[in-house]
Amino acid sequence: MPSLSFDIAHLLAGGMLVLSFVLLYQDRIIAVLNVFAWQAIVLSLSVAWQAVAQDAPHLLVTAAVALVVKGFIIPTALHRIVRRLEIHREIEQVIGGGPTMLTGLGLVALSIMLVAPVKEGVSIITREDLAFALAVILLGLLMMITRRNAVTQIVGFMSLENGLVLAATGAKGMPLVVEFSVAFSILIAFIVFGVFVFRIRERFDTVDVGALDRFRGERRDHP
Amino acid sequence: MVRRGVEEGRPALTELWCAASLLIIAVGGIALGRSPRGTPIVYTASLAVCVLACATALTRLLAGASPATLALPVGVPWIGAHFRVDALAAFFLIVVNLGGAITSLYALGYGRHETSPLRVLPFYPAFLAAMNLVVCADDAFTFLLSWELMSLVSWAIVMAHHREPANLRAGYIYLVMASFGTLCLLLAFGLLAGAHGDYAFATIRATRPSTIVAAFAVVLALLGAGSKAGLVPLHVWLPLAHPAAPSHVSALLSGVMTKVGIYGFIRIVFDLIGDPTPWSGLVVLALGGVTAVLGVLYALMQHDLKRLLAYHTVENIGIIFIGLGLALAFRANGMNWAAALALIAGLFHVFNHSVFKSLLFFGAGAVLVATGERDMERLGGLIHRMPKTAVAFLIGCIAISALPPLNGFVSEWLTFQAILISPQLPQLGLKLMVPAVGALLALSAALAAACFVKAYGVTFLGRPRTDAATSAHEVDNWSLTAMFVLAALCVLAGVLPGFVIDALAPVAKDLVADVMPRQAGVPWLSIVPIAESRSSYNGLIILAFMISSASLTAGVIHRFATRATRRSDIWDCGFPLASPHTQYTSSSFAMPIRRVFATTVFGMHEIVDMPAPGDMRAGHFQVRVFDPAWRFAYGPLARFVGGAATRLNRLQFLTIRRYLTLVFCALIVLLLVVAAWR
Amino acid sequence: MALITDLGLQALQMFLVVVIAPFVLGVTRKVKARLLRRVGPPLLQPYRDLWKLMHKEAVIARNASWLYRVVPYVVFAVTWVAAALVPTYATGLLFSWSADLIALVALLGTARFALALAGLDVGTSFGGIGSSREMMIASLAEPAMLLIVFTVALIAGTTQLSSIASIFVSAPPGLRVSLGLALFALMFVGIAENARIPIDNPATHLELTMVHEAMVLEYSGRHLAMIEAAAALKLMAYFSLIACLFLPYGMAMTDKSQTAIAIGIASYLAKILMLAILLPIGETSVAKMRVFRYPIFLGGAFAAAALAVFLLFVSRGF
Repeated sequence: MPSLSFDIAHLLAGGMLVLSFVLLYQDRIIAVLNVFAWQAIVLSLSVAWQAVAQDAPHLLVTAAVALVVKGFIIPTALHRIVRRLEIHREIEQVIGGGPTMLTGLGLVALSIMLVAPVKEGVSIITREDLAFALAVILLGLLMMITRRNAVTQIVGFMSLENGLVLAATGAKGMPLVVEFSVAFSILIAFIVFGVFVFRIRERFDTVDVGALDRFRGERRDHP
Repeated sequence: MVRRGVEEGRPALTELWCAASLLIIAVGGIALGRSPRGTPIVYTASLAVCVLACATALTRLLAGASPATLALPVGVPWIGAHFRVDALAAFFLIVVNLGGAITSLYALGYGRHETSPLRVLPFYPAFLAAMNLVVCADDAFTFLLSWELMSLVSWAIVMAHHREPANLRAGYIYLVMASFGTLCLLLAFGLLAGAHGDYAFATIRATRPSTIVAAFAVVLALLGAGSKAGLVPLHVWLPLAHPAAPSHVSALLSGVMTKVGIYGFIRIVFDLIGDPTPWSGLVVLALGGVTAVLGVLYALMQHDLKRLLAYHTVENIGIIFIGLGLALAFRANGMNWAAALALIAGLFHVFNHSVFKSLLFFGAGAVLVATGERDMERLGGLIHRMPKTAVAFLIGCIAISALPPLNGFVSEWLTFQAILISPQLPQLGLKLMVPAVGALLALSAALAAACFVKAYGVTFLGRPRTDAATSAHEVDNWSLTAMFVLAALCVLAGVLPGFVIDALAPVAKDLVADVMPRQAGVPWLSIVPIAESRSSYNGLIILAFMISSASLTAGVIHRFATRATRRSDIWDCGFPLASPHTQYTSSSFAMPIRRVFATTVFGMHEIVDMPAPGDMRAGHFQVRVFDPAWRFAYGPLARFVGGAATRLNRLQFLTIRRYLTLVFCALIVLLLVVAAWR
Repeated sequence: MALITDLGLQALQMFLVVVIAPFVLGVTRKVKARLLRRVGPPLLQPYRDLWKLMHKEAVIARNASWLYRVVPYVVFAVTWVAAALVPTYATGLLFSWSADLIALVALLGTARFALALAGLDVGTSFGGIGSSREMMIASLAEPAMLLIVFTVALIAGTTQLSSIASIFVSAPPGLRVSLGLALFALMFVGIAENARIPIDNPATHLELTMVHEAMVLEYSGRHLAMIEAAAALKLMAYFSLIACLFLPYGMAMTDKSQTAIAIGIASYLAKILMLAILLPIGETSVAKMRVFRYPIFLGGAFAAAALAVFLLFVSRGF
């Protein structure tokens, strides 16, 4: 394999991982949405590069879909929601920034340890892309569980989807059908979340999911 | 055959004669304890014996002769008592006796201030004798007997000032933990001796235990020796017992007895068990890293000088265990050259720590004698009142913070070089864990520097906070000599580390079957851990550069700058001279680090009670922390044991018929077992 | 003869860093002023400041100890040794085998230890603020620094700075994410250690916002001159480190002819100037952080460095 193409693929996948970390690090909503948009753009670049390297032109469609839908449409829509609902701009975290980052590092180590022993039938590139993709997925999940704000949970979910797409394009021969279904599921999820968010706003005047607990009949004392 | 045995036996006799003479001095201490001349006699005699033992061990280590053995017909009838001094034992004898000698020198001055000498004098030489015997022991009975003797005698010294309730609790916990440690070691030796029950180390060395037995033995050795050394979470007795003892004995407990614990671990795991597995290296490594960071975080929270030093010992033990864990991991993968590097890094730190921790405890003892205070927040400005102690203590602080060109840096550098070899390990778990442990090591080194800036700055620098600090005086010459000898050793080991590494080569050869490259031939007296092209360090050159650039600077400044100096009030940004209580205290110095690290680790909680504007009452500031070892481990354990004991207490009050029923049931159960086995 | 040349080249490096350091400081101040639409001080102003300070009377508090008077010399000497060891325009100089990356970081740690003690010596609350904050920043930056060292040492196979530079020039490691992350982390750590915005404002007059300045608040005259010069040297050391590790091109390697040396010096000055211009651009685009956000900032550096190490294990089948 030519060293430069491997390096660039590596660079883009590594870039996505770094952006996942930056997502964990941010605590202002606007910054989170911007970083997520960047992650989608890097994802589309990575998929486009895979299209060139694997000589699979249908991946270019995937790249375009990722760029347009997740790089522009969804972040713009979320920006509008944030402005319209006057959502509190600071995000509360469940555990502090330090432990979250350390857990994130541990998850990266875990994904490397999980993927590295897999030896049959995969090349080095695929193995490393899988390690990065698994790490992005786990970090997206971590972001969802350590944030109190519904908008950031949506972004965490989207970031998880980015990881899935990265994994799928890394393995050779993902059919377009899968991509369309993935895109559809994103759209549906977004619609559901959007409705949910508006509903929450109508009822409770906040999109802090912690507020939901108070109305479930279980009072918990927040530390 | 017999003659060779006698010839080999004769050299070992010297160490044993030294131990025996220490025991005799101990007995003499009982007689002389009440007379005022007793203190100098006992300590001078101990000094002489320890110097002799140290010199013998040093010649043995440098000569690199084959191990000397001796078998005495005392003790258990079918085994007797075996003693053996090989390279590892020789090195640890040097550490023990050097510590003992310098402590005796210090105690010639410090011992005069002892209020109840009869409680210390008999036990002190016995303590030294017991430690010597542990290191020389060559069978499990002698080892355990000497180990228990060491624990009991040091317990007696810890309880010397037993009127204070804190010391009572310290002694109690110390005894419980020491017994637990001995139990684990007993089980370990039992497992290793196997079904035949041959407890001589020579036999254990020759037999190869199965993997399961070896694994259990490693865990038990870690628990047993680790509790004596001070691994987290078995460290809880250390910060209670070490400060409770008189300062010279605290130096021995921290600087020397913990090393005997490490000796036990090395002897069992490296020597008796032999071929390690990679996971054992991983466990030791991880434990070492956690111990290092937790130890120094605990130390940062303290404002009692001796407790701070005791907790800091825990950190250094962690660093030593990191080196040992790396050695195990490398050995398990057959990389013996790397194992030699890691092992020597750990052993070098053993030596370094015994030197600078003793120095620091001596300084703390000097401060205690001069001011009567151990609490840093009641001291300050001692650099003016005790200038020589301040210099020696400063050298100890620089050495323990792992700063070049002193010795602490050399052992840390060697450990980092061993960590840098880790990518060559095949196991992915180790490959990922070792950089994490390296980051923990770097964190602990930086926190240690912060800890000692605090300790030195709050105690010696600044303005005196109480009258005790204002009226301090310099201590006597014996104490000062002891401290300066140790400070000189710190500097020497820092600029000439090659000699120490070469001296440790026989130990590495015995334990991991390989050595580091010979350092004596390296140009400019640098040390080269692996190969010249990879990395090298030269303490002498760095020191020379520092001195020359400092002189050059001083020359230029004196030539071109004005020499005018004026003494004036403190500027303090134009605020009028405030009371000494506006200075930073030890807890305020630690506040940023406390906020960053202690919130998660110690559950730190700051409670501020500020009165409203206009209200003239005082404000209050409270910091609440808990000790995670007590809250999560020992607290529940103590409660469980207490609860179980309460419930079992009912057995005390049964009727005779019930007791007979119990005996009957036990008999039936045993008969059933015999029947089922058949 | 060869020994004299070698000695001369080593001495040239030593004096080059100490002579250039105030100029670099002057450049950063000028660029910062221009970015803020001010004219700014002349480029050679730091030299004049040092000269002025050396000729002023040193006012020392009555209860200051010998440590207080000795520390400026120690700090300057140790920082000078550290800055002089980093390869600047040539590798393989006479004493370059003693320039170990870990030893360099530890030498800067020694200087910091001494300065923190001096902050506590006079016994004011401001000195304590500076010392305690400085030690906190150090404890957060050291793990990140070690992981950066680890990354670079793993790729190059050695911790000797001069060898690392030669290896990176002769056998380029390629476009590696790990090196990018390590550079990023080193820049953050460098900002923290040199007390630049967003960690500390070197031009502030508000004591409660100070870290480095608060430790040296009581110093005046020639002592202050040495400490200011040491701060400039520390900045030079970090610039030289970034240039040596990540931009080692142009350095004179085995060929030590006059042209090679001249090219080496010219490229070194160009790299330093470029970094000296980039630093104030970065500084003016962010605001200073409050003290308890430093862990997040330095934690980001640590995470970048840790990622760099992990990624090394993933790629190239390490």
